[in-house]
Amino acid sequence: MTATASPAARTTALMGALADKDLLDPALLGQIQAMVESWRPQNGAHVVARAWTDPAYRDRLLADGTAACAELGYGGPQGEYIVVLENTPTLHNVVVCTLCSCTPWPIMGLPRDWYKSPAYRSRITREPQAVLREMGLELPADVKLRVWDTTAETRYMVLPMRPPGTEAYSEAELAALVTYETMVGVALPTV
Amino acid sequence: MDGIHDLAGVQGFGAIEVEAGEPVFHAPWQAQTFQLLMCLNRFGINADEYRHSVERMEPAHYLAVHYYERQLTGISTLLVEAGAVSHADLEARAGGRYPLARPVAADPVVPTTPQPEPRFGVGDTVIVRNISPAGHSRTPRSVRGKRGTVLHVAPRFGLPDVSAHGGVHRPEHSYHVEFAAADLWPDAPGHSVIVDIWDSHLEPAQ
Repeated sequence: MTATASPAARTTALMGALADKDLLDPALLGQIQAMVESWRPQNGAHVVARAWTDPAYRDRLLADGTAACAELGYGGPQGEYIVVLENTPTLHNVVVCTLCSCTPWPIMGLPRDWYKSPAYRSRITREPQAVLREMGLELPADVKLRVWDTTAETRYMVLPMRPPGTEAYSEAELAALVTYETMVGVALPTV
Repeated sequence: MDGIHDLAGVQGFGAIEVEAGEPVFHAPWQAQTFQLLMCLNRFGINADEYRHSVERMEPAHYLAVHYYERQLTGISTLLVEAGAVSHADLEARAGGRYPLARPVAADPVVPTTPQPEPRFGVGDTVIVRNISPAGHSRTPRSVRGKRGTVLHVAPRFGLPDVSAHGGVHRPEHSYHVEFAAADLWPDAPGHSVIVDIWDSHLEPAQ
C-alpha cells in the first residue's frame, strides 16, 4: 500500500495542479500573505491599551466593538462583527471555538495551535476552572466565569482588567502587557 | 452533523500545550494552504462549504493531524469536487496517498422556517430545537433541547445550514444564548457557556 504523501508534498501538488491550469493568481497570493502579516495580536493590544487609558473609547468599544476597532484601523475578514467582553472583579470571560477555530483575525492574528487543539476545544467549556488552573490562571472562587463559544459570525475579544501598578504607564507600555492569551481569557496581564 | 469536529465537552483529552513565541506558521506549506483557503471564493466556494469539508474528514484522520493539514484536506476535497483538479493527478504529483474528506450526505439539510425578523430579545428564555442535520450546522449537540437565556441579539448573517449546501442565502439573526454548564454536563461546576445560535434553531420556552 502506498504511503500517504507529506502535507508539504500535497500542498506542492495542489498548487502545481492549479498553476498548470492557470487557476492561481500569484499577485493575489502575495496580497493575502501581506494581509496575514498585518493581522497581529499587537493590534488587539493597542485596542485594549486605548480602552484602559480613554474611558470614552472604552465605552464605544463595549457598545460597538467593530466600529471601535475600525477607529484604530483594524478590520477585515473575520472582523465583520466584533464583540468585546469586559472582565470585572466579579466576572471573567474565556473564548473558544469548539467547532473549528474561529478568531477575529484582524485584531488577534491567526489562532495559536493550543487554541485550535482538540484538548482546548473539548475541555474549556466543560471544566474551565481546571483548564485555567493548568494554564496558570487561578481565579478567586467568587468570580463568575463565562465561556463564550464562537459558533456563529460574532468574533469575541476579551478586555482584561488593567493590572494594578500601571498608573504611570504610557499606552505603548500598557499594550506590551497584553498578549494573545490575555485576549482569549486564559491569562491575565501582569507587570 | 454530529461529527468529530463537535468537540464541546468531549472527555479524554489531556493538557493544553502553549508554545512560547509560537510563529504564525510552522512551515511554508501551512502559509500556502492558508493562501489557498483565502482564494476559495474564486472557485465559487464559500466559508460554510469550507467548514463542512473539514467536518467531513474521516474522524481518525481529523484528530490525528495538525490544523493546517485539516485545512489542506478540506480545500483539496472541495477543489476536486468542483472539478478544478483531479484526485488522480494530485496523488501522482504528490507521490503518495492524498486523503480527501468523505462526500456530502445524501440529504444534508433539515428544512426549517425562514426567520428574517428577530423573534427573540435580550432576557428571553429559549429552547434549542431538537434537530440534527446530516450536513453542516453550527449548533453544537451539547445544547440541543436545552434551555438558555438570550444575552445579545447579533446582526443577520446567512444561515450556514443552507449556504453550505448550495441553498439560497438566508439571512437570520443569531443570539448569544447563555446556558448553565451544569445543564449541559452534570459534572460541570457553576460556570455558564454562551453559544451563538441562529434564529431558526431556537424556539420560545413555554
